[in-house]
Amino acid sequence: MTDRVEVRKTYKLFINGAFVRSESGRSYEVMDGDGAFLANVAHASRKDARDAVVAARAGQAAWAKATAYNRGQVIFRVAEVMESRRAQFEEELRRTEKLSDKKARKAVDEAIDRVVWYAGWTDKLAALVGGNNPVAAPFFNFSVPEPTGVIAVMAPQDDSLLGLLSVILPAIATGNSVVVVSSFHRPIPSVTLSEVLATSDVPAGVVNILTGDFSEIGTWLAEHMDVDGIDLAGVPAGDFATKLEALAASNLKRVIRPSTQDWSDTPSTYRMRQWIEIKTVWHPIGA
Amino acid sequence: MTTAVHLSQSLLADARRDEASLRDFIFSLPGVDKVGLEARAAALGTRSIKNDSKRALIDLAIRMVDLTTLEGADTPGKVAALCAKAITPDPLDSSVPQVAAVCVYGDRVAEARAALGSSRINVAAVATAFPSGRASLIVKLQDTADAVAAGADEIDMVIDRGAFLSGRYGQVYDEIVAVKAACGSAHLKVILETGELQTYDNIKRASWIAMLAGADFIKTSTGKVPSAATPANVLLMLEACRDWERVTGERIGMKPAGGIRTTKDAMKMLVLVHETVGDAWLDPHLFRIGASTLLNDLLMQRNKLASGNYSGPRYVTND
Amino acid sequence: MTEFDYAPAPESRAVVDIKPSYGLFIDGEFVDPISDDYLPTFNPANEEHLAYFAVGGEADVDAAVRAARRAFPKWSKMSGAERGKYLFRIARILQERAREFAVLETLDNGKPIKESRDIDIPLVAAHFFYHAGWADKLEFAGYGKNPKPIGVAGQVIPWNFPMLMLAWKVAPALACGNTVVLKPAETTPLTALLFAEVCQQAGLPKGVVNIVTGAGATGASLVAHAGVDKVAFTGSTAVGKSIAQAVAGTKKRLTLELGGKGANIIFEDAPIDQAIEGIINGIFFNQGHVCCAGSRLLIQESVADEVIERLKHRMQTLRVGDPMDKNTDVGAINSLAQLQRITELAASGDEEGAERWSVDCALPERGFWYRPTLFLNSTDAHRIAREEIFGPVLAVQTFRTPSEALDKANNSPYGLSAGVWSEKGSRIHLMAEGLRAGVVWANTFNRFDPTSPFGGYKESGYGREGGVAGLASYLVQE
Repeated sequence: MTDRVEVRKTYKLFINGAFVRSESGRSYEVMDGDGAFLANVAHASRKDARDAVVAARAGQAAWAKATAYNRGQVIFRVAEVMESRRAQFEEELRRTEKLSDKKARKAVDEAIDRVVWYAGWTDKLAALVGGNNPVAAPFFNFSVPEPTGVIAVMAPQDDSLLGLLSVILPAIATGNSVVVVSSFHRPIPSVTLSEVLATSDVPAGVVNILTGDFSEIGTWLAEHMDVDGIDLAGVPAGDFATKLEALAASNLKRVIRPSTQDWSDTPSTYRMRQWIEIKTVWHPIGA
Repeated sequence: MTTAVHLSQSLLADARRDEASLRDFIFSLPGVDKVGLEARAAALGTRSIKNDSKRALIDLAIRMVDLTTLEGADTPGKVAALCAKAITPDPLDSSVPQVAAVCVYGDRVAEARAALGSSRINVAAVATAFPSGRASLIVKLQDTADAVAAGADEIDMVIDRGAFLSGRYGQVYDEIVAVKAACGSAHLKVILETGELQTYDNIKRASWIAMLAGADFIKTSTGKVPSAATPANVLLMLEACRDWERVTGERIGMKPAGGIRTTKDAMKMLVLVHETVGDAWLDPHLFRIGASTLLNDLLMQRNKLASGNYSGPRYVTND
Repeated sequence: MTEFDYAPAPESRAVVDIKPSYGLFIDGEFVDPISDDYLPTFNPANEEHLAYFAVGGEADVDAAVRAARRAFPKWSKMSGAERGKYLFRIARILQERAREFAVLETLDNGKPIKESRDIDIPLVAAHFFYHAGWADKLEFAGYGKNPKPIGVAGQVIPWNFPMLMLAWKVAPALACGNTVVLKPAETTPLTALLFAEVCQQAGLPKGVVNIVTGAGATGASLVAHAGVDKVAFTGSTAVGKSIAQAVAGTKKRLTLELGGKGANIIFEDAPIDQAIEGIINGIFFNQGHVCCAGSRLLIQESVADEVIERLKHRMQTLRVGDPMDKNTDVGAINSLAQLQRITELAASGDEEGAERWSVDCALPERGFWYRPTLFLNSTDAHRIAREEIFGPVLAVQTFRTPSEALDKANNSPYGLSAGVWSEKGSRIHLMAEGLRAGVVWANTFNRFDPTSPFGGYKESGYGREGGVAGLASYLVQE
């Protein structure tokens, strides 16, 4: 009796709700935590990044216009689908990050709970960062947050699931769309997350995930004039990060600088607040 | 104060006096709240129609259809097929009523007239440089006169949206009056092109201009621009018809066109009629549905009610 | 011309399974009442007996409060994320079983299935979703770094929105870490008991939610119980006052959502057809059994005749009848007692000289019904313009200027809601600023959302439900 030959998965990019190979035809080898071959993963090119930005821009308007309640439900659904695929995530973390069974389970627990945390923010943040302003004149004056637009996200390199979610979610919970460059050496969970997103109710284009090298793609996204913000979470502090920040100034992208943080900590609202614009409206009061 | 309108016959007469009076009148109409209008239209969309009532209303909807082909590619053969379908919507079921009219471009009227023979189905022609309306008044009147001369019973004209949106309401009004005169005994349907007017206030004002100018019907759209016969647009225009009747005692017809494809869409239209203007309008003389693909869906639903099984597109004819 | 008839479109009753009798839900289980006392509940649309339900006595209330007390330490110390996930589960189960809840609500309450299906139950689920999200974010809400739950909440709710009022009470209480004992109204206990099943399905820890059915005495026992730390009541102002007296001198926190006599103010520049819909929605939604109903119509004199004519015309199209019919707009009055109260108050309108006009519609023979009714030429002095009728009866008055409208609208001991209809933004804001009411709707009416605080000024009660402000009702305030 012969052993069955398993069918292996092709690891693709996730752009506009569809799984595509890199336009360049490139892929790269991803190793597991012990240095053994794990998979060939698509290596995103400049044109893939461009396509992802186009998709993100197209998807963002309707996403921003959806009710906050609806966005919360959609993000909560992501948590539900992740829960049903937790065994796969755990297995991937065991192999790519060499986590023990227990730690892998905990990491997935935290990741799913992080999704739930952000699901609950969609319809609450406006009440905390916006509100009525008691101006000294007969005006009803109020401030409301609105999404910034398309955010490029350089995902953390080490924490390949919780870290990834912790930079995607604050942007989409506030109504932005994202183009994510996932961890170069640990991209597998980001591909599985793509599959989760594709089978939950997240509209096409809201989250686009590119596997590949942030030191290439990051530059293209930082200088892209139709990107409104860039999160440098996964870029090591230093010259390259400084270069990206400087490129981002070309159209005054909002920037989150690199930081070393423990993604297990309960986040602050900083990342969400960074991806919103505050609009203040003056309206006269009188008969 | 602008909107405390107690509509009256004399007020309508004043509105027709000159452009300034017309402008004053339409600007005195109460505004339309978008959220409230759409909520009301959506609420009426949840009405449920069952069994015998549905059967009767499907037949009524068929009798209200203006079966339409308005393509650059229209040929005598296509028009002939359309007319055959209008006369005999379902070759296997003679109990299916005929539609109200076929609606074609002016240069296809004679062919349609011939193909319809002795049936009582009307020929409606789109005119006045349909669908854009971008032509001189002379051309628009000639377009109308040609269609009437070729045997059109009804003329579906478009208003000059450019004139409307630039505030030349008098021009819009005068054109409708002139086209009405050119229609002779043909009935005039005035197309507002709701998708280009954009706001509900504009749609309401354009409805009143059309009624003041002598429209027999007001019609939502050409079918060439999105946001056509939406429930909210239709509700708003029916409210204008209702208010017109209250003041004048006259009943102006209403024709939604564009985007009505399913029996469910059509039933929603009839619900809007029933709950807004009343059952007097449940008559092809006062309510038409401009459509091409709707008729087949009505036939499939009709078959479903008769047999209990869902029908499929291969069991209805193409044209 | 064709006869238009919708034909009956009854919602299927098969989705609900009503038991012959129900016990109390205490400590995660259905138990027989120690009182051994039961009451029947009826379908008010046809007086059909639906079920018997237990009447909780003092000992039953005590058992429920003790269960809630036992559950409190663990529930309140559980991480917000874990608490939140229970509430998300409840929200999802409510969505999954939405039709069942809608049908049962309509059977027990008499409200149109259209409303229970499209408004009540979706809002219930939304309320649980919203508060589920707060459970792990309370430190962001502006109530200090470490906000604390109050303890055991005793909650007494009315019959007009049985499930919605349950959600308004239970969801924020649980999200903030309190445990609850809930007393539903005696004419509408069934959906709360179905909710108890949902708590079981969700695996909610025992004792976190306890449901003690009964009548006024049961509610009074709950409010008076020494083990209750927080009382939340929705109902009449008279009962609300007696509860405020009862908790005086105790450490119990109290929030009250009471009666109203909302003014719906129509200016001459109103979007008229939408204003008509707003008037209809304001007073005939849920048969007028709405504490925030727009039960006083104030019309600017210059458009009064036109508004009234249009309103009458529109009222004639209301479909009054079988609440289970999907096309019904106005359902049954919830009980004989309520019907008698409406009838009595309306009679005072006749006696005091207002002019009655009612819709000319056929009413079912059995059940409790009242025709949608206007009282024209009513004045501030009439009882129908001052007292809460809680039925489909609208008192109509006129005004001349915005300041007169404000004076009339505010000339009431109540202050729950108001409506303003005008196309002029600055006027809307002036009115909103001047109205002494907890909710002001502009060019709309009877809108609710879990993110939006709801509650009264003056004798309409105190405390808010919903939004950030609503959390304060269930957190220790110092």
